[in-house]
Amino acid sequence: MEELDGEPTVTLIPGVNSKKNQMYFDWGPGEMLVCETSFNKKEKSEMVPSCPFIYIIRKDVDVYSQILRKLFNESHGIFLGLQRIDEELTGKSRKSQLVRVSKNYRSVIRACMEEMHQVAIAAKDPANGRQFSSQVSILSAMELIWNLCEILFIEVAPAGPLLLHLLDWVRLHVCEVDSLSADVLGSENPSKHDSFWNLVTILVLQGRLDEARQMLSKEADASPASAGICRIMGDLMRTMPILSPGNTQTLTELELKWQHWHEECERYLQDSTFATSPHLESLLKIMLGDEAALLEQKELLSNWYHFLVTRLLYSNPTVKPIDLHYYAQSSLDLFLGGESSPEPLDNILLAAFEFDIHQVIKECSIALSNWWFVAHLTDLLDHCKLLQSHNLYFGSNMREFLLLEYASGLFAHPSLWQLGVDYFDYCPELGRVSLELHIERIPLNTEQKALKVLRICEQRQMTEQVRSICKILAMKAVRNNRLGSALSWSIRAKDAAFATLVSDRFLRDYCERGCFSDLDLIDNLGPAMMLSDRLTFLGKYREFHRMYGEKRFADAASLLLSLMTSRIAPRSFWMTLLTDALPLLEQKQTYELMRCLEDLTSRRPVHGESDTEQLQDDDIETTKVEMLRLSLARNLARAIIREGSLEGS
Amino acid sequence: MEEIYAKFVSQKISKTRWRPLPPGSLQTAETFATGSWDNEENYISLWSIGDFGNLDSDGGFEGDHQLLCDIRHHGDVMDLQFFDQERIVAASSTGCVTVFLHHPNNQTLSVNQQWTTAHYHTGPGSPSYSSAPCTGVVCNNPEIVTVGEDGRINLFRADHKEAVRTIDNADSSTLHAVTFLRTPEILTVNSIGQLKIWDFRQQGNEPSQILSLTGDRVPLHCVDRHPNQQHVVATGGQDGMLSIWDVRQGTMPVSLLKAHEAEMWEVHFHPSNPEHLFTCSEDGSLWHWDASTDVPEKSSLFHQEMSSHYAAQAALKLLSSSNLPAWASRGGRSSTFLSHSISNQANVHQSVISSWLSTDPAKDRIEITSLLPSRSLSVNTLDVLGPCLVCGTDAEAIYVTRHLFS
Repeated sequence: MEELDGEPTVTLIPGVNSKKNQMYFDWGPGEMLVCETSFNKKEKSEMVPSCPFIYIIRKDVDVYSQILRKLFNESHGIFLGLQRIDEELTGKSRKSQLVRVSKNYRSVIRACMEEMHQVAIAAKDPANGRQFSSQVSILSAMELIWNLCEILFIEVAPAGPLLLHLLDWVRLHVCEVDSLSADVLGSENPSKHDSFWNLVTILVLQGRLDEARQMLSKEADASPASAGICRIMGDLMRTMPILSPGNTQTLTELELKWQHWHEECERYLQDSTFATSPHLESLLKIMLGDEAALLEQKELLSNWYHFLVTRLLYSNPTVKPIDLHYYAQSSLDLFLGGESSPEPLDNILLAAFEFDIHQVIKECSIALSNWWFVAHLTDLLDHCKLLQSHNLYFGSNMREFLLLEYASGLFAHPSLWQLGVDYFDYCPELGRVSLELHIERIPLNTEQKALKVLRICEQRQMTEQVRSICKILAMKAVRNNRLGSALSWSIRAKDAAFATLVSDRFLRDYCERGCFSDLDLIDNLGPAMMLSDRLTFLGKYREFHRMYGEKRFADAASLLLSLMTSRIAPRSFWMTLLTDALPLLEQKQTYELMRCLEDLTSRRPVHGESDTEQLQDDDIETTKVEMLRLSLARNLARAIIREGSLEGS
Repeated sequence: MEEIYAKFVSQKISKTRWRPLPPGSLQTAETFATGSWDNEENYISLWSIGDFGNLDSDGGFEGDHQLLCDIRHHGDVMDLQFFDQERIVAASSTGCVTVFLHHPNNQTLSVNQQWTTAHYHTGPGSPSYSSAPCTGVVCNNPEIVTVGEDGRINLFRADHKEAVRTIDNADSSTLHAVTFLRTPEILTVNSIGQLKIWDFRQQGNEPSQILSLTGDRVPLHCVDRHPNQQHVVATGGQDGMLSIWDVRQGTMPVSLLKAHEAEMWEVHFHPSNPEHLFTCSEDGSLWHWDASTDVPEKSSLFHQEMSSHYAAQAALKLLSSSNLPAWASRGGRSSTFLSHSISNQANVHQSVISSWLSTDPAKDRIEITSLLPSRSLSVNTLDVLGPCLVCGTDAEAIYVTRHLFS
């Protein structure tokens, strides 16, 4: 047994009293059935009223969210696109494709988040609103983690650009600053606004120095006394060396320039240039990467990873990916300061900074309430060839395991099952068997739905499932007395036995009613007629009727004869055929028919079939045989005379 | 076709229909209805692509469609038709046919009229009552015709409580779709590849004419009639094949065009521009077929050198997706028919011969454009009106474009 990674959650089922009664449960693919049992009730004759319900416990509740459905559907398209990315592509073009895919996934999460946010605001019921809000924060965390993984694992940014990416990451996720900025700038006198210095500090913390400088110039305009030091600060901000994407300077050059700039800042601090303005001095300390000064701004930093990035920006802007984990761990420790313990999100981010992909996925699997995130992220990372080495001790590899879990969740949903099919398709080892097991459990309430399921099976050559679905539909049609439909389905399934059964029903109906139903189908069987002997007989027998109707007696007679002599006709039907034959007889054919009749009567004792036994008992049937014999004999006589006289003349 | 807007709606869409424009109106279409299927709760919804006053002025929402109102629908929505400007007729998998009324004042939908047991296997009143899905509905004010898996045809009239006419056991197999040919004749397609014409003037349960795809008995899923030439009919089959029929002559299709890779769920002639045809399929594709014959070389000698192969290539170039239509009139079967139809047309001396009936691929090229960027799940439905097209998919998205011919 592996040790548990977390405490199992307890789900309380309202109405079930587990103290008094025992509970029974059964697993389904995505859900569990629970009910009370009346087991272990000692010799109590009258039943204590117990809970009469069976409960369905859903594991993957998120699947049922209306808004998350959009996430599932839209990401399904992205997932398919990713699977089709040419394996041949290598190097830069492949990487840029993968980054694009990753960004697409993130934009879907963001769109979903927006909508969830709107709904949360509009919710009338506060409990409902809270539920949506918590979903928003979960989605936001997902996007945060995904974005970091994108930078570290997919983009694989080297020292230098790495920090730029991390800055973007922080700016994207700590976005209160924009509304604050609008608020301050919108006021009559921005520099006198309560939050003016907060705003400037946040801009500096996020490395948005151009904007910070503009704010400072407003302060300089407003209070001429501090204009001088504001200008000096502005110059410091302007001259801070940063790596710009288009620039060709090397990292060493940058480091050198940065060192000079840093020393300049240091000098201003020692000269106490900004002593008159505590705000500016604290800004300077931040720009020097002073940890204590940074930690004073905990409120504005709001979280440890912001602290980490700001700290790196002003102390080690060319941090190497390999050193990240050291800074991350210490930033977390410093930020929390032993006051609180890290939360799951912190652990996930920390694991990402440590480049421990498996830990990231594992922690996410435990912390998040659905499989969507881990399944898609793992699949993407697998396409970056980052997961090859890792094999699980069960199932196949981790990617496939997670995709299977996700797809099974989709199949448990009454309408998202179609999405699951494609996920199973891209699980090379166990996908097919999973699909086979799940697809048979889709309820088929209309033929249209059945056709869709059939198409899925046929495209994947799942002949067994195709047969079973057609059989279900054929059975249903028979039950509803829709023989034509039933026959069509059994022809589609190439199910000879069932076709025989349906053909028998047709023949029986004919015997009872004296006419055929569903002529449009029987007349147009075509090659499908060969599926079973009985079906062939049905088709040919109907053809006989048609010929007879068209007064092509000779053709009709020879067809009927061949039906009898080839023994294709069911024995129980011979009597009807013989009767049909009477008006058409000629000499040669009469002999054959007489032999058939004798066959029929003489075989009775040998076979002892139920229908022939009945025949023996039945007076009417005996009379019928006698009548037939008589008619045949008379017919023979007439035929001999006529044909003889024809030959004579 | 750059401006195609997608919106995910959290329900699988089985049907979409534009609301008809008032006669003589110069407006373009702006309201459409959708029906969902295979959800725990299904809905009939009305959407608008019109501009809204409360949206920002930079036109950021132009083309995006907004929900006007919706109403619960019992069972899957199998088919949907506008009866008139305000009323929508919906066919349900429960065998029920419902007329919904739209109240534009307060943007709500309500049930106007309902025939709950329009389609059934075992009759209502019997203890073993079992309903049958109603698969198709067509309206021609005041008449409504429905067909179902029970092979039954019902003729309803708005404001009549009972069916005006019912043809029990009209078909031994499932009827998949129905359309009006010319009143009072209707045309049905079924699951064994037959096209039947029914005349309500005749008593009895027999169709007045049966046309069929011989041999394979490939089920037909959809049918549409040419808006001007009422004898020209297009059907789509389970194998994705597009068949064009001339119901005046013969019992076989005039041409069979290999199209989609899976079931063709809907086919529509453009109502005012019938040289254009639109099809959608289970394989996730939506195609625009353009048979307008304004090819200049048509009258010159040049076209004679143009082999059908060339024409096919020209069509293929326009097709962005990877699966290509093979321009086959299938095998010898239809080519024998081909000469028959041409000689017939010569005798008729028609002034206008529909380009859909002409079977010479060199003369009349059909250009095919794939309208959806990437293919995934089934496109169940489409509708065209003027320059606007709407389609709905199993991937729970509704796509709308307002610039079909730009």
